[in-house]
Amino acid sequence: MLSVKNIIDTENLTVADVNLIMENTATFSEVLSRDFKKVPALRGKTVLNMFFESSTRTKNSFEIAAKRLGADTVNFSASGSSLNKGESIIDTVKTLQSMIVDLAIIRHSDSGAINYISSKINIPVINAGDGKHQHPTQALLDLFTIGESFAEFKNLKVAIVGDILNSRVARSNICLFKKMGMDVTLVSAPMLMPVNMDCFNVKIASCIDDVIEETDVLYMLRMQFERQEKKYYPSIREYNSFFSLDKKRFMKMKEKSIIMHPGPVNRGIEISEEVMENEDEFIERIKINRQVTNGLAVRMALIYLLLASDQLEKEYVH
Amino acid sequence: MADNFVLLNDKDIERIIKRISHEIIERNRGSENLVFIGIHKRGVPLAERIAANIAEMENKVIKTGKLDISFYRDDTIKRLKPAVAITDIPFNIDNTNVILVDDVLFTGRTIRSALNALMDFGRPGSIQLVVLIDRGHRELPVRADYVGKNIPTALNESIEVRLYETDKKDMVTINVKR
Repeated sequence: MLSVKNIIDTENLTVADVNLIMENTATFSEVLSRDFKKVPALRGKTVLNMFFESSTRTKNSFEIAAKRLGADTVNFSASGSSLNKGESIIDTVKTLQSMIVDLAIIRHSDSGAINYISSKINIPVINAGDGKHQHPTQALLDLFTIGESFAEFKNLKVAIVGDILNSRVARSNICLFKKMGMDVTLVSAPMLMPVNMDCFNVKIASCIDDVIEETDVLYMLRMQFERQEKKYYPSIREYNSFFSLDKKRFMKMKEKSIIMHPGPVNRGIEISEEVMENEDEFIERIKINRQVTNGLAVRMALIYLLLASDQLEKEYVH
Repeated sequence: MADNFVLLNDKDIERIIKRISHEIIERNRGSENLVFIGIHKRGVPLAERIAANIAEMENKVIKTGKLDISFYRDDTIKRLKPAVAITDIPFNIDNTNVILVDDVLFTGRTIRSALNALMDFGRPGSIQLVVLIDRGHRELPVRADYVGKNIPTALNESIEVRLYETDKKDMVTINVKR
């Protein structure tokens, strides 16, 4: 069983939790490869999807994951809700909880919002991304994707490239990757880095060329223009020259290395059009679509495990 | 009487598997269109052993698969447990004659779950059930087509099947819970 009741961040997961999640993800990955992709494990359970911030892949991924487990889903979106009438977030969440749901999946644009909400309600909560803080399901699906390409996590060289400052994906991934023994390097410019870098305890490089030849996993972050209150970088051309993956750099990489990106990709900024449209044998090494597919399996595993832990606890109480 | 009583030893189990292999070929007039699916966890090695016997007798390749039924149990919500067993049915079961294999037949609920799970994979021509031990106490109208040994039991007794592949030795014991 998981040691946590909610999935808020990757920091509080133990290595045993992570391994359990990976094992279950493999099981659900098999379910997703069947012709009939649904199992009735959570029949009669209801999962609430609350997105206070826009999302395509995460929201749909969670909804499909819950449905493939046989659970019912309720979708809440902030626009058109009573939030417009002035109802507070906590009251909104409690109202929906009163409709007897078993688990809530929440995304919010404020860092820490999910932790706060989870402390006010008594059902398990999964953080689907909160501000610049954490996006734990992304980190777990990334880990699973890496596990498909490499025999073990220990000492794998990972380079996380780009907008670290605004990225919740970076925060979740750095923590999880280090927990599993990987060798993490951040590649970014000072203005795209948080002020206190020591707390991450990782290596830092200032140009992608410094690490490209020895990297096993090249993790490109999206430039988060919507979170950048001011312009952090002089020009896209300058960004390209230090941090983008183009064909020339791609060819310098190790034969077995892989490329990842949490999506959506800003083509021509993080990864060049040429690499994205790559039709040759190297296409297998670009894992962006595989990440999305694995996201489904990871989310199925998390929903299943959280409701399982929840159930066990109830049994012990009564 | 001792708390643990050995019902079958390794030789007994070997004879039973041989006998059932012959019965299956006899009933199906050969091995045409037969596929074997073992239920996790001890149905899997049993299915593989029977299939290996039949492959030898008939001199051809017999397909085997594994089925994990945890997501299909009628008490999943009460007994949710982390799933680690992987279902692996690497062939199409449409119109095949499926030989479903499990170690112990008890309430019949596992078999009910397995039938539901199989139906999600396709539409078999028929399904026949093999069990090593039938211990009675059915709660659903389920019966086995091939039975290794019928053991009438009391509810406070438990049957423990050990197989070489999973437990390093072949043995079936009956244990009394005090």
